[in-house]
Amino acid sequence: MEVLKIATAGSVDDGKSTLIGRLLYDTKSLTDDKLEAIERTSKQKGYDYLDFSLATDGLVAEREQGITIDVAHIYFSTAKKSYIIADTPGHVEYTRNMVTGASTSQAAIILIDARKGVIEQTNRHFFINNLLRVKEVIVAVNKMDLVDFSEEKYNAIKADFEELMSKRDYADQKITFIPISALKGDNVVEKSKNTPWYNGETILEHLESLDLAAVSNVGTPRFPVQYVVRPKTEEFHDFRGFAGKVYGGELSVGDEVVVLPSMTRSKIKNIYFYDKEYQTAPRRSSVTITLEDEVNVSRGDMLVKAEDLPIIDKQLTATVSWMDSDSLITGGKYVVQHGVNKVLAKVDAIEHKVNPDYSGIEENVSTLQMNDIAKVRLKLNKPIFYDQFKDHRTNGSFIIIDSRTHTTAGVGFIN
Amino acid sequence: MWIAYIKENKTVSTLIEEILKPELLDLEKRPKANALEHEAIYIMREVAAQFEKPVLLFSGGKDSITLVRLAQKAFWPAKIPFPLMHIDTGHNFPETIEFRDKLVEELGVELIVRNVQDSIDQGKVVEETGKYASRNMLQTTTLLDAIEEFKFDACIGGARRDEEKARAKERIFSVRDDFGQWDEKNQRPELFDMLNGEIEMGQNVRVFPISNWTELDVWSYIEKENIEIPSIYFAHKRNIFLRDGLIWSAEDGVVFRADDEVVEERMVRFRTVGDMSCTAAVASYADTIEKVVAEIRESKISERGARIDDKRSEAAMEKRKQQGYF
Ligand SMILES: Nc1nc2c(ncn2[C@@H]2O[C@H](COP(=O)(O)OP(=O)(O)O)[C@@H](O)[C@H]2O)c(=O)[nH]1
Repeated sequence: MEVLKIATAGSVDDGKSTLIGRLLYDTKSLTDDKLEAIERTSKQKGYDYLDFSLATDGLVAEREQGITIDVAHIYFSTAKKSYIIADTPGHVEYTRNMVTGASTSQAAIILIDARKGVIEQTNRHFFINNLLRVKEVIVAVNKMDLVDFSEEKYNAIKADFEELMSKRDYADQKITFIPISALKGDNVVEKSKNTPWYNGETILEHLESLDLAAVSNVGTPRFPVQYVVRPKTEEFHDFRGFAGKVYGGELSVGDEVVVLPSMTRSKIKNIYFYDKEYQTAPRRSSVTITLEDEVNVSRGDMLVKAEDLPIIDKQLTATVSWMDSDSLITGGKYVVQHGVNKVLAKVDAIEHKVNPDYSGIEENVSTLQMNDIAKVRLKLNKPIFYDQFKDHRTNGSFIIIDSRTHTTAGVGFIN
Repeated sequence: MWIAYIKENKTVSTLIEEILKPELLDLEKRPKANALEHEAIYIMREVAAQFEKPVLLFSGGKDSITLVRLAQKAFWPAKIPFPLMHIDTGHNFPETIEFRDKLVEELGVELIVRNVQDSIDQGKVVEETGKYASRNMLQTTTLLDAIEEFKFDACIGGARRDEEKARAKERIFSVRDDFGQWDEKNQRPELFDMLNGEIEMGQNVRVFPISNWTELDVWSYIEKENIEIPSIYFAHKRNIFLRDGLIWSAEDGVVFRADDEVVEERMVRFRTVGDMSCTAAVASYADTIEKVVAEIRESKISERGARIDDKRSEAAMEKRKQQGYF
């Protein structure tokens, strides 16, 4: 079975939780005790329908305020696929959660309230999914029941959204529009009788039909070394294995590789996964590699194919999404974690801030506040081995750690 | 096949080479199980690399047994580079303890045991009384003391996001303060595969490598990997009594039983093997791993439905977590 990770985006009350609850309910993923709890609470609250949003809203604070405030992961599966939904909140001040959710997703569902249409926040939701290069986006026009399932309304919203699409940076993103009612279940799992004018897929049908190979990001192979395995036992006396995860493409025994940063050349001798040897390590496999030659390799080094070198540099420009309540300042020093490699970084300059609603840029800024997105120039104390984010999602991104509080303060997408 | 090779005029040595050629590490065959396994191994390695004194919290249950297998795989051919620690409530199923000791011996890793009974004897915690008395809450104190005693900076645990709503928000690297407390509103964002294990003195990190697994994923993995698990996970005859629609073990005298609660013998198995005093059994005839997997696949009651402590209140888990519970 395949796994598809999906991020949701929508403003408060657009119906994200209801949609997820509906997907769980219609795919029979809610267990009896959970269903019972939903029925009980819905009744207590005096609702005359089932409040599916109760299936996902996890934290007490949220229940008290009646809103989703953090990323929650929800799981369900069909006969065909397993799904992980990152339920991300739609508040203006929660850009960071949306970026986080989108960073691990291959698909996104953007919700629009049919009564409100495309609003400023829709631009933001689309901008972020486009910035993070999420391959598949479903635009779900929700609460169609409240606009009498009007085709004109739907088409007008679609046209407004298409206007936005013309401004996007990542043009290969596939966008699918679906008119739904999350509450009543129209076009979520079952085709709706209320939308005879719509002959496209339901949300679930569309998710089921996605080809996972096509929605994942394939590039050149990168092998960041996480850990050096040295058993120091009689049996494996001289064993030196480099443990890590393969990103972008596959590596095989016999491949000519270069170890970065030392630039030493060698060949892959063995690929182990647990106690078995393999010919090839596919993308996203966590393997242990040994080399033909005795090469000095430590954590943070990277093995790459000799013919596919990444960029090796101490300077870079990146689109940074700032996530901390302490602001980023020009001249400030931070720790940059690129994959498993950590270096020190200084903010050379903030070139400009990007308005995440496609309304343009702002120049002459010297600090970034939480939720700001900006083009930032960084100087590093040591070179890192990176690709542009557009070519390599993993090797083209990094996190910024505040060296004082140790918190993850931002994320960068390398230009 | 041999004939085909001979026809192609291959030499015996190329022939042997081709037959011995390592097989393909094919992640597409079981994409979900493989993705989860390789992700968990990546996390294990990050723990070993980023922390000075990690420990794997081992309860003897299926989730922690799964963690042990993943750790074995992550570091092979080296031994698991951190000890296991069992916070013993003293209310264990005897089968679990036997199993634990055997496993540790096979692995050749260090096992640390710290007892809730000691915390009670030292007056640090007070034993609950009454019908629903359980030592589940008391574990927290013993755990926090042990973390301080050994200066552990990372504790690997087998919690899964699908277990409970509040768990759904848990990070893979979850930072706890000096008091073991979880500040759910102030969690570090986790982006792509990058795990930030930087902490201050006194802080420690709870690590959840199987966060994204469901109960069925764990069981299927145990089946596929042929991992041995304690016998109480399989259907067996047991003296039980019924309370609140749940099945309780009437053996070993751990669960309080009122005089009017009648004991009968039934075929049951356990879906979790935590503290005996708050772990209910389910009626089952599944006495092999294949049957258990099939049963879980069909099952309509979520796993925690059989754990009474979560039913105490809807917000029970979240409250316990804020206080430092795993
Ligand atoms: N009529 C109608 N109401 C809906 C629909 N979807 C959601 N709602 C209601 O809108 C409100 C907010 O929904 P919720 O799922 O909590 O929104 P969230 O904040 O995006 O998670 C709730 O009262 C829902 O019952 C829909 O399709 N039709």
